[in-house]
Order: sequence, then C-alpha cells, then structure tokens
Amino acid sequence: MTHDQHFRVWRGDDEKGELVDYPVEVNEGEVVLDIIHRLQATQAQDMAVRWNCKAGKCGSCSVEINGRPRLACMTRMSTFDENEVITVTPLRTFPVIRDLVTDVSFNYTKAREIPSFAPPEGVEPGDYRMAQVDVERSQEFRKCIECYLCQNTCHVVRDHEENKENFAGPRYLMRIAELDMHPLDSADRQKAAQEEHGLGYCNITKCCTEVCPEHIKITDNALIPLKERVVDRKYDPLVWLGSKIFKRGES
Amino acid sequence: MSSTTDASTGRAQISARTLRTDRWWLPPLLNFAGLTAWVAYATVRAFQQDNYYVAEYGYLTPFYSPCFSVGCIPEASHFGQILPDVWWLPYAALTLPFLLLFRLTCYYYRKAYYRAFWLSPPACAVAEPHKRYTGETRFPLLGQNLHRYFFYAAAIISVINTYDMVLAFTEGVGLGSIILLINVVALWAYTISCHSCRSIVGGRINNFSKHPSRYKAWVYVSKLNAKHMQLAWLTLGTLAFTDFYVMAVAAGWITDLRIVG
Repeated sequence: MTHDQHFRVWRGDDEKGELVDYPVEVNEGEVVLDIIHRLQATQAQDMAVRWNCKAGKCGSCSVEINGRPRLACMTRMSTFDENEVITVTPLRTFPVIRDLVTDVSFNYTKAREIPSFAPPEGVEPGDYRMAQVDVERSQEFRKCIECYLCQNTCHVVRDHEENKENFAGPRYLMRIAELDMHPLDSADRQKAAQEEHGLGYCNITKCCTEVCPEHIKITDNALIPLKERVVDRKYDPLVWLGSKIFKRGES
Repeated sequence: MSSTTDASTGRAQISARTLRTDRWWLPPLLNFAGLTAWVAYATVRAFQQDNYYVAEYGYLTPFYSPCFSVGCIPEASHFGQILPDVWWLPYAALTLPFLLLFRLTCYYYRKAYYRAFWLSPPACAVAEPHKRYTGETRFPLLGQNLHRYFFYAAAIISVINTYDMVLAFTEGVGLGSIILLINVVALWAYTISCHSCRSIVGGRINNFSKHPSRYKAWVYVSKLNAKHMQLAWLTLGTLAFTDFYVMAVAAGWITDLRIVG
C-alpha cells in the first residue's frame, strides 16, 4: 500500500530557515526516518539529518514531529492520517547546525560536571560486591540511550536559555540519582544536586517521562526520590532543630 | 519572548509557540475546571457551618472532622471544643489547612496546577508565557519541600476519619456508613501512595538487602504510588460525594438507606 503524503521539513542554519513543503511517497511499514531518507534520495540531496541505528537504540535521530519530540526511526507513518501534514523540525532547545541537525554539546558539558562513580576507600575495581536488589533501581536509569529528548522537552531550558548554566536537565539529574542510590557510591550527591545541578528548578511536570523512548520513569523513580533525599538532607526541620540543639555540623 | 522563538540563541528560527497538532490544551483545561469546581464546593461547605452531622446515625462529614468549634453539635465533637464560633472560621479549622497543604504540595497536584493554572508549561513542548523561571529554588515554592510534614499530618487526620467511620458503624449499618468506609479506604490509599511515604518507608536507603521488611514496604508503596494521580482524583470525588451525602441526609433532602439498625 502506497500513498503520497504532505511533509513540511525545516531547512536552514543558525541564522535563518523555513519550513519547506514536500509531497512524498509513503509505503506500508515505513517510519518517519524512512521518509526523510526518501526526500534525501529524491528531492533534497543536501538535507542534513543525524541518524545511525534505525532501531531506537542509538538516540541519534531525535527531532520534533508535529511539534512532539520523538525518535524519527521509531515514529511509524501508520500512526498518522494519510491526509495529515507531517511537520518535522530540529530539536528546539539546542542551537541548530543545519536542517534537522542540532549541536547537543550542552549535554556533554553537563555530563562532565557530574563526578563519576566513587567506590569506598580500599575497594578496588573487581572487588565490588552487591546484591541485585540493591542495584536494580539504578539499572532502570541505565536504559537511557542519550537521545536528549528529555533535555529538549524540559521547559526549564527549552523556554529559558538563561537557565542552561545552572540546570543539569532531567537526564543528568537522573544520573545523580543513579549514583546516589548506588550501594557502593561514597560521594556526597544530595547537596550538589540541589546547589550545583539545579534540582530545585524541576517542577515535576513530567514532560521528560512523557517523551522518553525507553519509558524510563524519570520523574517518579529518579527526580522525586532525589528531591526527597535532598529534603532529608537540607529541609528537614527536625534535623535542623537537632543540629541546632546538639550543635552537630552537617555531615 | 520564549527561548524557542528567540533568534539570539542559535536555535532554529520557528516563530510558532508550538507545532503540536493534537488537543494538547484539553488535559490542562479539564484539570483547571475540575480543581476549580472542587475548591469552590469545598470552600462553600467548609464555611457553611450547617448540615454536617447526622446525630441519629453518627455520620460526620470529613469536612468537619474533627469538629473543634464551640459551635459544633456536642455529639459531633469527638475531641473537644476549643475554637471560637465565628463565621469566618471553619469548624475543622485546626486540620483543614494541613489537608489543603498536603494536597497543595503533593507531587501529583503540583504537576496538575503548574500546568493548568500557571501554564508552566501548559503541555509538553508548548512554550510557557513567563519571561523568567526559577522553579522551586526560592520562597515561596521552596516550601514544596515540606510535603513530608504535611504527609505526617494527613496520616493523623486519616486516623481521625477512620475513628469517625467506626463510630458511625457502632450505630448500625446504612448506605451512609458504607460511603464513609469507602471514603476512608480511598483516603488511606491516597495517603500511603504519597511520594514522601515511598521515600520514608524505604526509598531513602541504598541497601535493600539489609532491610527486607522496609524493601517489602517500599515495593508495596511503589505499586500504589504508580496510581497516585488516579487516587488523587478518586479521593477528591469520594470526599465531595461523602460530604454531599451527609449534607443531604442531615438537611432532610433524602433518608439514609438502612441495612442494619
């Protein structure tokens, strides 16, 4: 079964650009990335698009399809009406390089700002021992394919460029939660999450969870538990009162 | 101007606030309507100071429990009368603020009202209208971090609601007492499914293998927690319906369907 579909693809660079209309053939079983490749092959040979695995595992082909952040390789054409206009744009939170390709280095910067796994003193690699039940919470977060759809959708940086400096974004706050929940990690993550990585900016509106192609419960299983751990540490009035009465320092 | 339409950021120049073509505006609109209607009803009832107790069957509406005002019907005051009887003070003024704050700081309701009332954001990938955003980093929204203390208060109030329900059953069994029972079960489910509860019972520890009972509790609360949104709306419904039923019986609009006694 084949039909023609009306595609509108954003073409341009960091200075200017526009939505360009393309009538294009669509075959049964195809995904949006197939159609973008057909446009490259037939009508727009210079159209830039980042892609790799075509299996939803590399996280390269993140774009916005009819305004919704999606993986182009995992968005089936059969989910659209044949008469529907399909609009494909680059991620709107990151600087555009060309056409559908954006510069996602913001995310690499944020990744580098988070101290890596810190095993207890005296425990060497190869000597780590832990029960499965203790690490399986963190393993959910390891499913992340780093497509940055959550980082792109989060309104904290999507709508407010000025917050990029102080906010790590859901993907990297989830990384902090992963390490903080790890039974062998000995670094102090909680204060840093609030004071250095901007956990307080998150108002738990759950868009990161809505767009995650790996269906990771980012908000419920990472961000809210991390917020609660920060409350344990920073905002618990009983702990504060105890520290005043007994003059205990923060530990 | 939102960053998504700001030329200086190097982003793709797209002037539209959103390119979404689905009905993204419907969920926030429904939330706005539902929460506004509920708050309006609850406010009217909390200040009405009438038709809150059915002495014959021991039905006390949760909106007036515990009834601490000297204006309360004496049989409805299970824990004494210490508040003055003035029109601007609800009879359950000692507990209602805690229940309000428990729901106001609830992680689900925060999502609902940030989206529906503050439009921050109204829906995913739809630009919010505000120029600046600081989230929950400063006063007053920094106070959202006190949620767990309102959770403790809500748990105590749920015990009081349970006591009221048990007292109603000592007068026999009627449709009203069954409605009170359903409301109490729903309130407990909502309270226990709270994200703070999930953290307190076990989420805060890193070695589940050393705390098997806390791990079991965490698994149980996690299952309930996955339904927190549904339970939040269910309890708004059971609270309003229970209150309305007690009001209708107390006012004589309907007679209670009695099963035993």
